[in-house]
Amino acid sequence: MAKNVHSQLNIFAQCQRYGVSLWQCPQFLFVIMGVLIIITSLISYLVGSHYISQPETVVMVVLALAIFLFILSFTITRSFEKLAEASRMKSEFINIVSHQLRSPLTNIKWSFEILSSEEFDVPESKKEEYFLNVKENIARMVELIDDLLIVSKIEQGQFPVRKEEISLEELAKEQIMRFKVFAEASHIKLNLSYPSNLPKVMADPSLLKLVIENLVDNAIRYTPGNGEVSATIEQKDHCLLFSIKDTGVGIPSKDQEYIFQKFFRAENAMKKRTRGSGLGLYVCNSIIKQSGGEIGFKSEENKGTTFYFTLPL
Amino acid sequence: MKKILFVEDEAALQQAMGEALTQSGYKVIRATDGEQGLRLAKSEKPDLILLDLIMPNKDGFEVLESLKDDPKTSAIPVIVLTNLEGVKDIEKALAAGATNYLVKTHYKLSEVIEKARKILGE
Repeated sequence: MAKNVHSQLNIFAQCQRYGVSLWQCPQFLFVIMGVLIIITSLISYLVGSHYISQPETVVMVVLALAIFLFILSFTITRSFEKLAEASRMKSEFINIVSHQLRSPLTNIKWSFEILSSEEFDVPESKKEEYFLNVKENIARMVELIDDLLIVSKIEQGQFPVRKEEISLEELAKEQIMRFKVFAEASHIKLNLSYPSNLPKVMADPSLLKLVIENLVDNAIRYTPGNGEVSATIEQKDHCLLFSIKDTGVGIPSKDQEYIFQKFFRAENAMKKRTRGSGLGLYVCNSIIKQSGGEIGFKSEENKGTTFYFTLPL
Repeated sequence: MKKILFVEDEAALQQAMGEALTQSGYKVIRATDGEQGLRLAKSEKPDLILLDLIMPNKDGFEVLESLKDDPKTSAIPVIVLTNLEGVKDIEKALAAGATNYLVKTHYKLSEVIEKARKILGE
């Protein structure tokens, strides 16, 4: 009982459990509000009794205090909205993940049925296609689960960033080479340019590889045929700047502010490609921020998008 | 031979279901997005439609509504075959006129075909 009361009163622990900062935590804001109501009442009383001959001054002071309390209660309401939003995102998370996992699972299940059931008779020549499909979809599930694990690590703050001296251009070159076949298959020109003698940066190579891979992959996927994707690396004052420009579908302006949110996918992106977890840019954003850099984009619908990130030197 | 239109954007699912339906004695018409599905439903007049929900260029709900609005296609039974399983999605699809709502991962190909046979009165 006493323990229960104690845990109810331990606001700090409760706020920590919500995973929000103190200034976004309703319990904490309520206590602050209570204290401030007492203080403002006292001030009103003191001002009232001191300036009894000047009612205008009293009214002004009380009005100012009321406005202050109004703003504070508005902040509290907002903090509740944030918590409600977080809870909505969690249930949406489960919905999306189960749907994302179900697609490859159906593929595996049906292909396997065709291969193994006596009801269906598949010619030997076609069997290989079904086996390949099973293999591809297992890879798809593994990829999604890997992404989810990275996301969960990011959220729990257990996100080791190994710092190593690396050459950004070598890493980018590797990824561009990897995607060349994929781009050519969609009739997209893919190129990379950078000046010689770029300095090395301190970053985690495997995480940075993931960022570049995601950005190149997105640029190609959301660019219709006969388009162009060009990546550049430049040295700015105290950082290296990587940018990748495409001539793709762009991000509608109403969706732009949500683009780095977990599981968010722009409306036109869903129309272009129904697969996709909405985790890629969220992961990129977290990695670049952890590495001390910045990430951003410029985009116009139906014209194209340029994503960029910086890494400190 | 009865005609079944299968509207599904994933090529591999198209292939597996197409193969299974063909071997079960149906003529299969394939569409890979909502718009194409709607067009083929009108021109080919299938006996049954298997319809996915999340697809490019018109999702399954839009297709279902247009099918039911058009007197030429409104009588064709539609089995929704999707991996969405929210109660709201199910209610919405049934309210829009779907005959049946099946979650893909829960059904084997042979079970889907069994449902189709029943609806076709075979």
